[in-house]
Amino acid sequence: MSLLQIDQLSLAIHGTPILRDISFDLDAGQIVGVIGESGSGKSMTAYSVMQLLPEGSRTEGAISLNGDNLLSLSEEQMCSLRGDELGMVFQEPMTALNPVKSIGDQVAETVRIHRQASRAESLRIARETLDRVELPADRFPLSRYPHELSGGQRQRVVIAMAIALRPKVLIADEPTTALDVTTQAQILKLLRRLVREDNMALMMITHDLAVVSDLADDIVIMKSGEVVETGAAKTLFQSMTHPYTKALFEASSHVPDRALDSDAEAAPLLQISHVSRDYVLPRTSLLASPPKFRAVNDVSFTIQRGESLGLVGESGCGKSTLTRAILGLEEVQEGEILIEGEPVFSGHEVQRSVRRKMQVVFQDPYGSFNPRHRVARLVSEPFHLLDTQPGSAERAEAVADALESVGLEGSDGRKYIHEFSGGQRQRIAIARALIIKPKLIVLDEAVSALDVSIRAQILDLLADLSDRFGLTYLFISHDLSVVRSITDRVLVMKAGQIVEEGQTDAVFDNPQHVYTKSLIEAAPRLPDLPTELTAKLATQNEVSI
Amino acid sequence: MTAFDTSSNEASVLRQVLRSRSLIIGLVLSAVFIGAALVSYVWTPFDAEALNIPTKLKTPDAVHWFGTDHFGRDIFSMIMVGARTSIAVALIAVGIGILLGVPLGLASAARSGGWLDEVIMRGNDLVFAFPALLIAIMITAVFGPSAVNAIIAIGIFNIPVFARLSRGSALSLWTRDYVLSARVAGKGALRISIEHILPNIMNLLIVQGTIQFSLGILAEAGLSYVGLGAQPPIPSWGRMLADSQTLITLAPHMALFPGFAILLTVLGLNLMGDGLRDLLDPRLRNARR
Repeated sequence: MSLLQIDQLSLAIHGTPILRDISFDLDAGQIVGVIGESGSGKSMTAYSVMQLLPEGSRTEGAISLNGDNLLSLSEEQMCSLRGDELGMVFQEPMTALNPVKSIGDQVAETVRIHRQASRAESLRIARETLDRVELPADRFPLSRYPHELSGGQRQRVVIAMAIALRPKVLIADEPTTALDVTTQAQILKLLRRLVREDNMALMMITHDLAVVSDLADDIVIMKSGEVVETGAAKTLFQSMTHPYTKALFEASSHVPDRALDSDAEAAPLLQISHVSRDYVLPRTSLLASPPKFRAVNDVSFTIQRGESLGLVGESGCGKSTLTRAILGLEEVQEGEILIEGEPVFSGHEVQRSVRRKMQVVFQDPYGSFNPRHRVARLVSEPFHLLDTQPGSAERAEAVADALESVGLEGSDGRKYIHEFSGGQRQRIAIARALIIKPKLIVLDEAVSALDVSIRAQILDLLADLSDRFGLTYLFISHDLSVVRSITDRVLVMKAGQIVEEGQTDAVFDNPQHVYTKSLIEAAPRLPDLPTELTAKLATQNEVSI
Repeated sequence: MTAFDTSSNEASVLRQVLRSRSLIIGLVLSAVFIGAALVSYVWTPFDAEALNIPTKLKTPDAVHWFGTDHFGRDIFSMIMVGARTSIAVALIAVGIGILLGVPLGLASAARSGGWLDEVIMRGNDLVFAFPALLIAIMITAVFGPSAVNAIIAIGIFNIPVFARLSRGSALSLWTRDYVLSARVAGKGALRISIEHILPNIMNLLIVQGTIQFSLGILAEAGLSYVGLGAQPPIPSWGRMLADSQTLITLAPHMALFPGFAILLTVLGLNLMGDGLRDLLDPRLRNARR
């Protein structure tokens, strides 16, 4: 019998069905990857196991741990299981730790609650556990506080809290989604090691096929509250019987069709030369001048007209600072940024004629719009940059055109932004960027927050728009596979400097710089498919989700 | 769900109003006093300012519902007219606070970290350091006591409250992507403040306005009590309390009714403020579900 058995689990919250007939097993020492897009119910499955469901939830079926049905246990009995037999790791390491308690106390707390151990004893176990998650005592004493740690280190502390009592089952809900690729690779390695050492069962919940494909033993694919396909990881990708699995796989490795620029006249659109940007840090002493942090350090590059340039780097590398400088939101201290030969900043001001040449699409489709305005008003905001404001009829027509060109209805302008899904909002963000027909569109992690199937659609849209309107893209992302699929040339940025530059394929196939190599090495990869399946997938032009 | 997303259709808003008991109690209490104040313009049981010594210090009965004071004036009528004074003073004072405080706060947030921000916020600290009573005494010392001076004193006291509130919430909005894209669209600080910031802090201002309104009524009563508010013969709740002080053993009803009027109005407005906050702040609304 399996360690954890989920048997025909159904869940309804306030009468709305969330999960239907979920069944899968988890054995000791086994890693099961639960994969699905947002709303597929993968997190709710985990919360059902932990019995951490919101109010008004009704569950049916059975979840048995060692033969005990968890659904029939009282809250008190569940409390003694949680943290002891069942451990859980959450997505966001920034909020999963209490900022006012030291990491030692936080790990020891779990031990004290369950083992009634003395303070000294529980701190000893905490120390041991932190050592096991590779946070050694000399660099990470128990007295450290979360704010002194990086994101990856915090996630290690969260993992330590979950495994301190050597639980039988560990549930990890998107444990690496908020982390950089190199950190992600380290955390995945750590999880794998812990599973092996403790003979633990790991339920790994993620939206990223590539992450689990080489980590998990078994894979469960979920869609709208149901399991659509399960199987051993090795064979599942080879067979892929369910169409959704195929579609998900195709979307994950989707490469949009792009017309190759043969007519590139190699006219520079954006020229950046020797740009540096310092931030002043708080004073450390009253007399000394405040220290500075150089976010961007002597960066130079050029974007050609009609080109799609990728800018890759991990968090804190200075890519956001550079973006803000290009968009004329923040002035740089040194160097020059020219768009069509005109400086972005002239006398500490940005001319409207310069701003007209570029627009931006941000990452978060939910934060990019004022919730109190209608879509037409949101989309037409860049009209502010025109010298003569168009009349209302002309304006309405332009809004409808822009919305139609991104695949929405012209009449959608009358709606409010909350009536749209994340993917539709990102289309609206693109429409807003398009409306004054800029030369350059800066895409700041524009597809990072989207589900893979939606991401594939948006990438197709971007490729299509670029062909139709001759747009130039600056594509900023931490996601290497996306950058690879949509850019002609790529820049790799680290600690404020461009460390490598070249044709996208050349850089990815044959990276020169050590850092680029480590990035590419760390990026999770989808398994190679047998040739006949690849051919079959290739014939499906449309992503049919 | 984003923090400032307050989208819901009218039916569900109504349902939420009905579900919130504190909001309903607050609305009813506030409506009673505002109604009393409005009715007092056209009708009071007796002339609130007419002295009638023979009927002085009567306990409540069928003719004088709340009894009479030491000059024989009808206390019920005085409370009705007093509500008028209280509400007018507090309302105008809150208006002054919003009209001056909000633009100052928005300007401060738009120039966060700059000299303008420093000047505005340190000026705020200065005003905050003086209690309304002290400001009122200073104004009275110069211009003499009157309801207008009470309004000015309480109004000045309200400015930093609204300036801080709007600066704080505007600061977090300034980092939003939609503000960034408005900047990319070349919009200046003034336009962004009006188009993007102000509509999104409106609900906070409404809630704070309600609470400041109740504090204003309390402050007006306090100022009248020490003789710095509305002057006789205009009835006011604070001075009714002051008048009753020496007669407290002889005629406790003289203190009781204006005291309850102040208590219930302030309570009602506070409950309404809390209820509105629950209703308008989506973070709390989701937490409650």
